[in-house]
Amino acid sequence: MTFFPYLVAAYIFLVGCYGLATSRNLIHAVGCLSVCQAATYVLLLTVGYRDGGTAPVFSDIRPGSRPVVDPVVQALTLTDVVVGATVTALLLALVIQVVKRHGTADPDELRELRG
Amino acid sequence: MNHLLPLLVALPLLGAGLLAATGRLLPRIAAETAGVVVSAGTAVLALVLLLNSSPPLVEWVGGWPPKASKGGESVGIVLVGDGVGLGMAALVSVLTVAALAYSWHYFDEAPEGQAGTFPALVLLFQGGMCGFAIAGDLFNAFVFFELMSVVAYALTGHRVEEARAVQGALTFGVVNSLGAYAMLMGIGLLYARTGELSLTAIGRGLDAHGGPDALTLAAFVLVLTGLLVKAAAVPFHFWLPDAHAVAPTPVCMLLSCVMVELGVYGVWRVYGTVFAGPGGIPAAGLEHALLALGVLTGVGGAFMCWYQRHIKRMLAYSTVSHVGLFLVAIGAYTPEGDDGAALYILGHAGVKAALFAVAGILLDRYGSVDEKELHGRARELRLPAVLFAAGGLALAGLPPFGTAFGKAVSEEAAGGPFTVLYVAVSAVTAGAVLRVAARVFLGLGPEPEEAAQAETKGTGEEPETHGRLGRLPDTMVVVPTVLLAAALAMGVVPGFAGVVSHAVSEAGSGGAVVTTTHWTPAGVLFGLLSTALAAGLAALAVTRPHLTAPHPWTDPVRRLRSGHLGDYVAWLVAGAALVGVLAWPSVLGG
Repeated sequence: MTFFPYLVAAYIFLVGCYGLATSRNLIHAVGCLSVCQAATYVLLLTVGYRDGGTAPVFSDIRPGSRPVVDPVVQALTLTDVVVGATVTALLLALVIQVVKRHGTADPDELRELRG
Repeated sequence: MNHLLPLLVALPLLGAGLLAATGRLLPRIAAETAGVVVSAGTAVLALVLLLNSSPPLVEWVGGWPPKASKGGESVGIVLVGDGVGLGMAALVSVLTVAALAYSWHYFDEAPEGQAGTFPALVLLFQGGMCGFAIAGDLFNAFVFFELMSVVAYALTGHRVEEARAVQGALTFGVVNSLGAYAMLMGIGLLYARTGELSLTAIGRGLDAHGGPDALTLAAFVLVLTGLLVKAAAVPFHFWLPDAHAVAPTPVCMLLSCVMVELGVYGVWRVYGTVFAGPGGIPAAGLEHALLALGVLTGVGGAFMCWYQRHIKRMLAYSTVSHVGLFLVAIGAYTPEGDDGAALYILGHAGVKAALFAVAGILLDRYGSVDEKELHGRARELRLPAVLFAAGGLALAGLPPFGTAFGKAVSEEAAGGPFTVLYVAVSAVTAGAVLRVAARVFLGLGPEPEEAAQAETKGTGEEPETHGRLGRLPDTMVVVPTVLLAAALAMGVVPGFAGVVSHAVSEAGSGGAVVTTTHWTPAGVLFGLLSTALAAGLAALAVTRPHLTAPHPWTDPVRRLRSGHLGDYVAWLVAGAALVGVLAWPSVLGG
């Protein structure tokens, strides 16, 4: 097992954070948040990966006959995807409202709430 | 009895689903009654379970217990109902009932013709928070964490026509979601190491693996980051004032009094069950991280609280500041500290909810929560004035309020220089509340002038009712009165503290460590001292208003809150790094 996929997960997370921190557009920011979340998918699937493993579907293979990848993390990833879809949809809806009320999607111009 | 545990989550979710489905057809009164009945039913259930929670209840949902034949491994979902978890669930439920009762009938219907929406969302919020409180495995804790977060974003931006509300909700949403994903990364790492998800099993797995290493530390930092974002510890706190200042008042009561505290609870629970063993992070690591962040949070929150003129924002910063005190109490890592934090959280919930409720009355009657604009205008509101002032005194730690009791116990557990922190933070945050009480309700001090610098004002807010309130609805006055009375009862009723410490010790150490908590002369003395200081600060602020105006020398700190989303994300990453740096030496040493 190499460290490479873990490094990829960490890189995706940090790159998403960088995008969020420097974003000039709220839709872009919500997209960056999804990038951060993609890092969690990569990490979870990496954790469940087995060398030479196959899909954990036992309709055509005998249990125990060959290694399978971990189905638990796949279930977690699926749940995570659902959570992510909800969050992204809600945040995008809020961005639409922000644009309607403030007339801009640039976080630099949304400075009313400060101090 | 343990079979009833899942109902704590299922009942509110079911009620929310029904209300969402039938909300269009129901008249408003029916939808609101249904909301109150379901949340009150859940509250009763939580209290009944709480009374039966010794020994702790454990439920494997769906009948998937671990099988001895498979080496005790399980993929089932476990719910744990011990005194602390169920206590938090009961607090959540009681406050939900209070929030729904407070918004009863008066709360402006939005969107029009969908009476079920608001109560359905509040019930969903309740279900998510109860689930988080009793989740026995980390992944479900994450799912419930996200459920309550998402509902909280929606509730914060409930009044979608308001520019500030949607902006606050968006900041809240992005920062909290990022924290949640960090937490999920940490959960993934813990699963990679141990192959387990249930809290106790992860703890055992870490211990079996041997001493802590880089992976354990990374998992610790990531999980803690998610929880501390929810708890609004400095520097993760930037979302909180924005969200609390713009959310509808009943939602503020829930956000500020229990959701934020659930983050603190999560830190306590996860460290105690997962990382406390020899394979986890040594206690010194947790102590360094929590004490440093706690002091930073307490001081920073109190400082910003003092300079607010927007009353809800001021209360929000006072919450930040008190979270710092809770973190210090937990970071002391003694059984007494845990008792103190539990008592303090309970007392704080009652007091802060009452203060928000009174702020809501001001908003609905005058269309403003601005301290300067409201100067002397609320003279006619006698009872709310008394409630607001009493809330301020309770916040300062005036014995025998529950807040004073919790403060005294935490203060003694933390000991030494932290006593100064407790007294100072209580005095400054309460001083700000008392100053508002004196200016707004009594009209004391000179007429305020407009400041030159830009600051967040509380003027021009839309009332949450149909037009401005003429006569105060009874519910809006009764709810804060009852909440304050409850906070008072917590410090007065004999035996209450004993019950709380019993629950904490059973949940924390399996009942091995027995502690007793009671009022001590030093605790009473420091409570009176901080109350006197708070009154003095308030008097000073009223007679010399320029002391509360923004000064050039406070500008650097105030500018940190730039209102820019990207800055808050950068602070979050910096905060996570800080937690890592603080916990690192203990891992090297261990």
